[in-house]
Amino acid sequence: MTAEHILFFIFGGVSLIGAISVISFRHPIYSALALIVTFFTQAGLFVLLGAHFVAAVQIIVYAGAIMVLFLFVIMLLNLGTLSLKGVLSGKLKGFAIILGILLAIEGIYIAVRIRDNQNTAVASSEVAPDTSYSISEIGETLFKDYLLPFEVTSLILLAALIGVIVLVKRENQPEN
Amino acid sequence: MNLLIDIVIPIVKILIIAHMLIIGVMAMIWSERRVSGWIQDRLGPNRVGPQGLLQPIADGIKFLFKEDLIPNHVDKPLYVLAPAMLLVPAMITVAVVPFGSSIELFGETINLQIADIDIGVLYILAITSLGVYGVVIGAWASNNKYSLLGGLRSSAQMISYELTLGLAIIGVLILSESLSLRDIAIAQGEGVWNCFIHLPAFLAFTTAMYAETNRLPFDLAEAEQELVAGYHTEYSSMKFAMFFMAEYMNMIVGSAVTVTLFLGGWHFFGLENIGGEGSLLAGLISFAIFFVKTGIFLFVFIWVRWTLPRFRYDQLMNFGWKFLLPVALTSIVVTGTLWIVTNGSQLWIGIGNVVAAFIVISIVAGIFMVDNSKKTPIDNTVGSPLSGLDAIE
Repeated sequence: MTAEHILFFIFGGVSLIGAISVISFRHPIYSALALIVTFFTQAGLFVLLGAHFVAAVQIIVYAGAIMVLFLFVIMLLNLGTLSLKGVLSGKLKGFAIILGILLAIEGIYIAVRIRDNQNTAVASSEVAPDTSYSISEIGETLFKDYLLPFEVTSLILLAALIGVIVLVKRENQPEN
Repeated sequence: MNLLIDIVIPIVKILIIAHMLIIGVMAMIWSERRVSGWIQDRLGPNRVGPQGLLQPIADGIKFLFKEDLIPNHVDKPLYVLAPAMLLVPAMITVAVVPFGSSIELFGETINLQIADIDIGVLYILAITSLGVYGVVIGAWASNNKYSLLGGLRSSAQMISYELTLGLAIIGVLILSESLSLRDIAIAQGEGVWNCFIHLPAFLAFTTAMYAETNRLPFDLAEAEQELVAGYHTEYSSMKFAMFFMAEYMNMIVGSAVTVTLFLGGWHFFGLENIGGEGSLLAGLISFAIFFVKTGIFLFVFIWVRWTLPRFRYDQLMNFGWKFLLPVALTSIVVTGTLWIVTNGSQLWIGIGNVVAAFIVISIVAGIFMVDNSKKTPIDNTVGSPLSGLDAIE
């Protein structure tokens, strides 16, 4: 039981509690906050894996930027407390059950695979906890080996940005 | 021995820095009131203790003994949580700031810094971006429309200026080739301070930091004439004091980060090497230099407060998106290009940055002023993140 193990269980446990809270809280604001907690603890898990850069990006992008917008939208729409009745009714209920069963099977499958074969990629983890990947390595990989995908992604994002502006732009009002 | 190095020394460092932050907040409250008095040609608080130095302690005792009032209409769990959500990010940001060179004690080299991590700059950006939750949650949980408007204004402002804050640093990162704050400070000790090489980025960064800390001229979140007290309208006693402390802590940490990134950190023309590298004396001198630089920067905070009037909301958004952001982006392009073309010449990068920023500001100002002459000021809010608020108001 090293310090890393203890930290792993703290982060993992809080992450799970947060994830469960997201779907159990009735009020959307509380759910959003629980999701932030989950993102934050996952960043902690990334740090334990030596992926400092990914951890920082996780917080900056997800916890810091996207969730702020979520909160914004929830507040501006003034969403009230949801009643469980309205959500879990009719066809949605069937979908939820089917997807839940599928997810459970997936989870069990992965758990069994890891236990049976400790040397699979998932279990042995090519990312050993002791190696930490420096930012310069990530930068070189990103801008040399994966330059084209990187540029294509940024172009797609740019297109999405322009698309949003075009969609919300008001028609030019006539000059007074 | 290992135990000492691994556990005791970090704890001692954390204790010293945490207490310095809190004492720094008290010192800031005192100097804010005294300097404000001096600027306005009046005395300010001078009754409690010599020169009124004990005034912050008196204020603190008052806050602690006031009734801890929780209004009936608030969302209680989040209302209680919000001040902590603002205070904690403000406190933990300081962990990566190097506040001095290194000293040698017990045969080990000890860096005067809590944690020297290789993603220092990203850590600061990440943690400061979490500070906005305290404001938003506090505003929402208060269940008061003035609070909510203040919180929404504040968060829109913080999101907008965070971009400039992050982008203005990149020029510095290109030259120092590292994200560790210690490396950046050391690089400045060997060469020129970054504020001379990246003058436009430095000014943009400083301005954005004023907006991030919700200080005048950007304190629209708590514009008294419009929003009572903004997001902390419903807060009283120690909970209000926590918001108050967080604001000052943000200022102190922001100043310390600016000093590290742009003003040479603990270096001052070789003064930090008196007594030999690694000696206790040199460590203390470097710490004192850092302390004085941060103090001067904090003084400028107060100075600006009583010099510049508050912006109007649309002016704030236009300034952030149309002036500061282009300046920060230009600094990245120019620094990157000149770094390759001139093989890393700091002189040419410095000149190129200033010239390019001047050209960009002229172009933007030209477009902006032509734009402005056709429209009424109200139209400028169209497209700002809060334009939808008109309907709610």
